[in-house]
Amino acid sequence: MEMKVEIAPQTVAPGTFFHVKTSELLRRPLSVANVESNVVTFLYKVIGSGTADLAARRTGDVLDVLGPLGNGFPLEQTGKRVVLVGGGIGVPPLYYTRRLLAARGIETVAILGFDTKTSIFYEEAFRELGETIITTVDGSYGEQGFVTGPLARVDADVLFSCGPEPMLKAVAASQIEERYISIENRMGCGIGACFACVCEAPGGYVKVCSDGPVFRAEEVTL
Amino acid sequence: MRLHVDLPGLQLKNPIMPASGCFGFGEEFAKLYDLSMLGGIMIKAATGESRFGNGTPRVAETAQGMLNAIGLQNPGVDAIIEDKLPFLSTFDTEIIANVAGSTPEEYIHVARQMSADPTIKALELNISCPNVKCGGMQFGTDPDMAAELTRLVKAASTKPVYVKLSPNVTSITAMAKAVETAGADGITMINTLVGMRIDVTTGQPILANRIGGLSGPSVKPVAIRMVYEVAQAVDIPIIGMGGVRTVDDVLEFIYAGASAVAVGTANFENPYVCQEIIEALPGRLDELGIDHILDIRGKAYEPTVSRA
Repeated sequence: MEMKVEIAPQTVAPGTFFHVKTSELLRRPLSVANVESNVVTFLYKVIGSGTADLAARRTGDVLDVLGPLGNGFPLEQTGKRVVLVGGGIGVPPLYYTRRLLAARGIETVAILGFDTKTSIFYEEAFRELGETIITTVDGSYGEQGFVTGPLARVDADVLFSCGPEPMLKAVAASQIEERYISIENRMGCGIGACFACVCEAPGGYVKVCSDGPVFRAEEVTL
Repeated sequence: MRLHVDLPGLQLKNPIMPASGCFGFGEEFAKLYDLSMLGGIMIKAATGESRFGNGTPRVAETAQGMLNAIGLQNPGVDAIIEDKLPFLSTFDTEIIANVAGSTPEEYIHVARQMSADPTIKALELNISCPNVKCGGMQFGTDPDMAAELTRLVKAASTKPVYVKLSPNVTSITAMAKAVETAGADGITMINTLVGMRIDVTTGQPILANRIGGLSGPSVKPVAIRMVYEVAQAVDIPIIGMGGVRTVDDVLEFIYAGASAVAVGTANFENPYVCQEIIEALPGRLDELGIDHILDIRGKAYEPTVSRA
C-alpha cells in the first residue's frame, strides 16, 4: 500500500512505523517499507479484518494515520559493514534502511529468510542495492534453512534485524559486535501511554512502541 | 461556564477527563494537545511498590471493543509522586490519583502518600481491576469488603475519595450504597467487564493472563444502565465511563445521572478524542437547546410531562 503524506520525507526514519486506523477499533502498526518524495510505502500481510479492510482501500481513499512513531535503525555507520537480516513480513523496513545506508555509501549485505519460494518478495529491489542472500525453510529457492546459516559466515560490524521472535532471538546471539533488532508486539495506543506492548528488559521493561521498536539486542530480554 | 462542573475536591472547567490507565501520566498526550483544556485527568493506577504487570499479549481486539490485561504496571507511588506529578502540576486541570493495592495496608499507604501531594485533588479508589491476582476486584465485588476498604482509605486520605465500581457484580446498586454509607465522596463507574478471547489456531486464550477487562463501545449500554440505576440509589455524584467516544455518548451518561464523564479506550483509537469532544460540546448543547450541561443530569429517570 502506498500512502501520500504531507510531511518532509527525511522526518520518516527507517524502522519507524505509522499507526493506521482501519474499520476495527484499534489502530494497526505498519512499518515503513519505503519513502520517496511524499509517498510512504507499507507492505503488510492480510491476517484479519483490520488488514483486510486496508487491502480493500482504493487509490484516492483517505487514511487516518498517526506517525511516524517510534525509533528506527541508527544510520550513522560510516566505515562499518552492516548486515541486514530479515524474516518474512519483517523484511520491508530493512529495504528503506538499506536504501538510506547505500545513499551514505555504507556497505551492506542482506540476508532474507522466507518459508518458501512463493512467499518471497522484494528480492530484485534488494539485489539492486547490493549482495543479497535468500534462504527458504523448505529449500524451494536460495539456500535451504534459516537466516542464521549465511549469517555465521558473513563478516560484519553491525547487524540490523527485523522478523519473527525466534529469528530475532537467534540473530541477537550472533558474534557481531553491534546488534539492533526491531520488535513486534500487539499495541494499544502506539505512543507509550497504555503499557500494552511492553517487553522485558534487563532491570525492568521497555515499551516497544515508544522506546523501540528498534532496540540494541542487549536492551531487551527475548 | 455552561460546561463547568463542581464536584467534591474538583472544579472541572468541563466534565471531560481521560480515564485511568488509558492516558498514562499525560506525558505522551501532552505532545499532541494542551492538557489544560481537559476538565481533569485520572492518572494511571499507583501501587505501593513498582509493578511489572502481566505477560504479553496484554490486549486483544473484540467486536467494537478490546480486552486488556495490563496488570497495574506502574513505577510505584513514590516514583509517581517524584517523577510524574511535577509535570502534571504544570497544567491547569484537576488531577485524580487512582489508588490500587493487594492489601488494605497497601491501599492506605498509597492513599496517604497521594492525597498529601498538592497536585492531587481527589483519589479514585480502584477496587475493580480484574487483572491482578491479589486485591483489585476482590475488594470490589463484596459490599462489606468494599465498605471497609472505603472507610480505611477515607480515614487515610486528606482529599475526597471516589470509589471505582466493578460491573462484575450481581447488584451494582448494593455496591454503590455500601461505599456511600462508608463515606465515599463520589463514585466512578464502570471499570471493565471480565472477558476472554480464544485463538482458534491454538485453542488457547489470546491474552497471556487468559482473562482480561472488556472496554470500548460495546460496553457502553451496560455502563449507561448501571449509572442510571446507581444515580437513583445514591446521593453522591457519579463520574461515568464505559465506551465513550463521541459528544452524544457524553450526553447519554449525563442524562443517565452522571455529573462528569471519563473517556478511556477511545484515546487509543483517536488520541485527540477528549479535545474533540470538549470542542464539540457547546455546539451540541446549542443544537439540543440545553443551557448548562448539568441541566440534563438524571433527566432520563425523571417522570416526563404528560403529553395528553
